[in-house]
Amino acid sequence: MLADKDRIFTNLYGFQDWGLKAAQQRGDWDNTKALMEVGQDAIIDEIKASGLRGRGGAGFPTGMKWSFMPKESKDGRPSFLVVNADESEPGSCKDREIIRHDPHKLIEGALIAGFAMRARAAYIYIRGEFIREAETLFAAVAEAYDAGLLGKNAAGSGYDFDVFVHRGAGAYICGEETAMIESLEGKKGQPRLKPPFPAGAGLYGCPTTVNNVESIAVVPTILRRGASWFSSFGRENNKGTKLFQISGHVERPCVVEEAMSIPFKELIEKHCGGIRGGWDNLLAVIPGGSSVPLVPAEQIMDAPMDFDGLKALGSGLGTAGVIVMDKSTDVVRAISRISYFYKHESCGQCTPCREGTGWMWRVMERLRQGEAEVDEIDTLFEVTKQVEGHTICALGDAAAWPIQGLIRHFRPELERRIAEREGALKEAAE
Amino acid sequence: MPKVTVDGIEVEVPNGATVLQACEMAGKEIPRFCYHERLSIAGNCRMCLVEVKPGPPKPQASCALPATDGQEIFTTTEMVKTAREGVMEFLLINHPLDCPICDQGGECDLQDQAMAYGRGASRYDENKRAVTEKYMGPLIKTFMTRCIHCTRCVRFSEEIAGVDEIGALYRGEDMQITTYLEQAAKHELSANVIDLCPVGALTSRPYQYEARPWELEKTLSIDVSDAVGSNIRVDSRGREVLRVLPRNNDDVNEEWLSDKARYQCEGLVRRRLDKVWIRKAGKLQQATWQEAFQAIAAANPGNSIAAVAGDLLDCETMFAAKRLLGAMGSSLIESRQTGMAYPVDNLAAVNFNSTFAGIEEADAVLIVGSHVRWEAPLVNVRLRKAAKRGAKVFVVGPYWDPTYPAEFLGEDAAVLHDLPDHVAEAMQGAQRPAVILGGAGLVAGALQPALALAEQWNLVREGWNGFNVLHMAAARMGALMLGFAQKGGLADLVDAKPKVLLALGADEVDFGRFEGSLKVYIGHHGDKGAHAADIILPAAAYTEKHGTYVNTEGRVQFADKAVFAPGEAREDWTILRALADTFGVSVGLDSFDELRDAMIAEVPALGLDGLADYGSLPKADATAKASGSIVYPIKDFYLTNPIARSSPTMQVCSAELLHGEQILEAAE
Repeated sequence: MLADKDRIFTNLYGFQDWGLKAAQQRGDWDNTKALMEVGQDAIIDEIKASGLRGRGGAGFPTGMKWSFMPKESKDGRPSFLVVNADESEPGSCKDREIIRHDPHKLIEGALIAGFAMRARAAYIYIRGEFIREAETLFAAVAEAYDAGLLGKNAAGSGYDFDVFVHRGAGAYICGEETAMIESLEGKKGQPRLKPPFPAGAGLYGCPTTVNNVESIAVVPTILRRGASWFSSFGRENNKGTKLFQISGHVERPCVVEEAMSIPFKELIEKHCGGIRGGWDNLLAVIPGGSSVPLVPAEQIMDAPMDFDGLKALGSGLGTAGVIVMDKSTDVVRAISRISYFYKHESCGQCTPCREGTGWMWRVMERLRQGEAEVDEIDTLFEVTKQVEGHTICALGDAAAWPIQGLIRHFRPELERRIAEREGALKEAAE
Repeated sequence: MPKVTVDGIEVEVPNGATVLQACEMAGKEIPRFCYHERLSIAGNCRMCLVEVKPGPPKPQASCALPATDGQEIFTTTEMVKTAREGVMEFLLINHPLDCPICDQGGECDLQDQAMAYGRGASRYDENKRAVTEKYMGPLIKTFMTRCIHCTRCVRFSEEIAGVDEIGALYRGEDMQITTYLEQAAKHELSANVIDLCPVGALTSRPYQYEARPWELEKTLSIDVSDAVGSNIRVDSRGREVLRVLPRNNDDVNEEWLSDKARYQCEGLVRRRLDKVWIRKAGKLQQATWQEAFQAIAAANPGNSIAAVAGDLLDCETMFAAKRLLGAMGSSLIESRQTGMAYPVDNLAAVNFNSTFAGIEEADAVLIVGSHVRWEAPLVNVRLRKAAKRGAKVFVVGPYWDPTYPAEFLGEDAAVLHDLPDHVAEAMQGAQRPAVILGGAGLVAGALQPALALAEQWNLVREGWNGFNVLHMAAARMGALMLGFAQKGGLADLVDAKPKVLLALGADEVDFGRFEGSLKVYIGHHGDKGAHAADIILPAAAYTEKHGTYVNTEGRVQFADKAVFAPGEAREDWTILRALADTFGVSVGLDSFDELRDAMIAEVPALGLDGLADYGSLPKADATAKASGSIVYPIKDFYLTNPIARSSPTMQVCSAELLHGEQILEAAE
């Protein structure tokens, strides 16, 4: 279990004030200037050495992402940092905790990360539904400006840096990095084609890096305590601490900071008081937010909760939004509801996702009630394969994976429902 | 120049080419819906997926992927085949498959590609999506249930037309393409989205349920609605022209067509002159050709005969008239109906020398007295491209919405002699400066001052000629090449008080000035000219005769005959040939070929397709001054010629789009 002294987010539960003064007492904004004085490349190297992988779901090494940004502007274009606070993934609720209780970690991180990638400003794109969180964030940014920590000569470092907070309008797809850029520019939130990648031409055509809130918020602490401290947690290639968000059928759902690679059972036992009704009652777990395939109970028990460990189970860590389902769950209905979510949130730009998400949801709804033929299960699986990997962004994959997980692990349940329904019909006819 | 391999065929592609272009260069067909050469890349239909190595182990959208050296591209592998089948299945699940009642049937990309790349049957058993019809104005009929959301129409409006008229609402499978608040699309190129639409979602409202593509006879022709000389295809069935579509010509119209050029053809069967008429006691009465010829012969004009050519005429008709008058000893011929009298001894001074494709390259443009968007919508498209590339545009004349940033310098032509410093600096500092002088500028006397500016700004330089005159009449440059002009313009004809005035499709002339003349109107529509005429001889419209046209760039183009003229109407040259017999003069010209040969013998440039060479610009007359307010001649874009004025669609467009009248769809 992660020791309290090793926690990055020391006010995760809001026991203390979020304001600047309290944050400074917790160590934020402590001689930020010194952190920046080591130089931009040194910061990037330190982050690379820490093994920090992006906390938004894809797990791309953060330091490497920053190093793609141009070292100097050849044509006068500025660079930008965009902080993705559009946390909309069902099951995820870490960024909102950071923003409402520890916003200065994020703002300080934005300054340091922005400085490291030579950005002119950071845009924090916050989910529209986070009304109180946005209020806090606006106030925190204003506090930082007033204290001279942002703006001209930010934190006395001699570097000019601005932070803008932008509120979204409630579209899941705007959490996709290029759709977020489109939305920031005032356009319809639709993902862009890549290439060009944002590091080449992003916001307003300028080099841009989009990072998750958690990835940015941990940066100051990593620099203060050193890459070796951070990389002392977790397995090789899955370093650091991570906010896990456990919801569903556990005794005490919670958001908790833990070391990466903690076994699932340990995570639940230590922080959530175990599974409701005991471990035998566990049915399945969606370990990384709604978009990753579910993992049945017997496989997840001892699995290390990290990127590679869950990938080996055919799932993924995603945002570490762990959705626990016990045996009272109608698992088909659960996945069908997730299907509906993706149908509702598809932007409609490209064909497979626009047409496929609706099709998948409709078949899922029939499977839920058993109103289908057995071979339709195979058709559905093929349809998910026709969507997966054929779209502009990853929403198509996200819509396909939960269904693939269901069919892979719970096909007998689907067939049972079909048989049951057929039996009922036969009985009625007799 | 990267080298790539497409299915084992090695091709070298230009820098910046996409994988799709590389495949095409290798002769491989790549199905696509959203991709269009002239629009930005959307990459959203996912039909063009191919397998690319090196790359991720999934199919890639070839339209958006840059071709890089050493790439291996596969277009026939199992992965590609499955991907195409999958995308096609998705496209069709919510498509109504109502091909039998769809106007796009037979020329539908979705139909064709479903046949070639589809699976043959769908596995989709759920209900299909239905979308309500959207109102897009009098030209575009929508069936949005058929829409496959390729966004070509959206991109056309934004990028080519330059107006934010069409966009997408909602998201996911509820996404709908519509105009803003379902207003009519008002841009004068709006109907091009009908051609762009790969399915039957946007179809032509006037042509609705008229015909199937395989019933139509297709004739290559040239548009006469403006002086651009757009290349068109006339689709006819029997004796009726049913529709006009643009042809590809990168030098002229690219593949666009103005709404007027597209829909004025409806006027070809309305208000037609299909009989001979003679005015008796102030009233026009039906007559026979014999009677008409006798009446004209009775006027016995000798050499007191004049001819005015209209705006829609082909060169052959004008040449036949010139030959006739020449044989009678008259040289009173004029084509500038409204009385303009600019010098025409050097045609380079009244030509669009930059060419349409060339003007895209201009980096500073001064427009003098031309409402380009109405006088030549397709030239405005080119100017928009130039402006997008950074060209500065200045306009002398009243404001009109150019769709790109332009600075209006004032309404009085005299501003040419006193240009603001920054304008002169921009023009002087430009690599390829251009001046475009419109008809209103010519009227205001701006030709000589513009030529003076051309000298001052060095508009003609190595590989660049930036001096341009933008005409509005399809017949103008041809007429000038044939010498159909007087030094004093139409006034010379008025002063000569001819006994007989031949009005060749001339509808814009003030006939009151020819009080004493016997006015013989040879034309095709009962318009202003026919109303003023003493004798009407029915002739052929532009789709009903072969003819040579010269556009405002001096580009000689030949149009074929699509249909026969209605009733007793005859091709113009045969009428003029018959008049020669009536007057008892000999002109030769016993066949159309003979006529053409004679014309080409006199003006060899008319025999050569392509740009005529007019030599270099004349010396400017530095003393001439431009003055007076600029008044654009076109008051109503949709009703500029007798054919368009007869077209019900153009009338509706004028009433609804320009004059804002509510058109109720009666009892529909």
